[in-house]
Amino acid sequence: MRQFEVTFIVDPVLPKDEVQGIANKYLDFLKQNQCPIVHVDEMGLRQLAYPINKRNSGVYYCIEFQSETGNMIGDLELTMKRDERLLRFLTIKLDKYGVKYNEDKRAGKIGKKKPVMSKRAVVEAPPAPTEVVVEKPAPVPEPTPEPVVASAPAPVEAPVAAADDLKKVEGIGPKIEELLNNAGISTFAALAATDADRVREILAEAGSRFTMHDPTTWAQQAQLAADGNWDALKTLQGELQGGRVENASSEEE
Amino acid sequence: MASRDDIKFLSNPKIGQKRRKYCRFRKFGIKHIDYKDPDFLLQFVNEQGKILPRRITGNSLKYQRKVATAIKRARHLAMMPYVADLLK
Repeated sequence: MRQFEVTFIVDPVLPKDEVQGIANKYLDFLKQNQCPIVHVDEMGLRQLAYPINKRNSGVYYCIEFQSETGNMIGDLELTMKRDERLLRFLTIKLDKYGVKYNEDKRAGKIGKKKPVMSKRAVVEAPPAPTEVVVEKPAPVPEPTPEPVVASAPAPVEAPVAAADDLKKVEGIGPKIEELLNNAGISTFAALAATDADRVREILAEAGSRFTMHDPTTWAQQAQLAADGNWDALKTLQGELQGGRVENASSEEE
Repeated sequence: MASRDDIKFLSNPKIGQKRRKYCRFRKFGIKHIDYKDPDFLLQFVNEQGKILPRRITGNSLKYQRKVATAIKRARHLAMMPYVADLLK
């Protein structure tokens, strides 16, 4: 029984059940061809390293299955090629080391850092652009404070933790985050609900050196962050410079 | 005739010697390289996203080729960029 692995990327703008439907469609196709399915890995929404079909993110799926002969792979790939909702796909035959690697990975034996950490990293995993203008086309989410390797990049989720990392908003650094926290704003949702004047008040109370910061766009950024819409947030931050809206922004670099 | 113990140096005589370079896959018995793991593959790629040559990474030929195919697959799946700037 040969073992194969097919990884494909689904268009992210589709509704969630349709995305599920697409994955199930290919699972059914495999089942019809009597291919026992070893594992289905929903790697979830990920940022792409480069835009495909004008999209910057995609939902990744990885299906591992076995097949006696493997002649249905041609049909499988043809169906995938014709399906307009898939951005990319890749089918691979796994040799014995690959099979063993996948088994170990599922059992949790592979992974240089403690597996417990990786669960916590899910909360903070969304790609956080740096506050400097340079927009890195980084394919991987920025390393979280707890280094996590090997585990597949976590799906993007809005942080459910009590306090959010407000520094993800461009224009907010550690000092300002502290100010906001002291004023009672500690989550993205709270910041989104606060209007800019109130934020300016908070900054002015803290001291004159804080008044130079322009909080106009913070609420908007916080709203995107609260929704978990990191894609749009990153695009927005690309246009902002230091948290202020610039007219002729130099997007170069 | 001064014995070996009497000869002292101001600096460590071993300081100029080459560090042994080894293939990390052969040394640690890693047989399969996963293309779905871009964090790991970033070690073998320079800041522009280009694959590093074997003489820099120290890989044996067999594993250098596997690394290269893994990186190319990851690039196809948009987990790694083809061309980048300030990747690391």
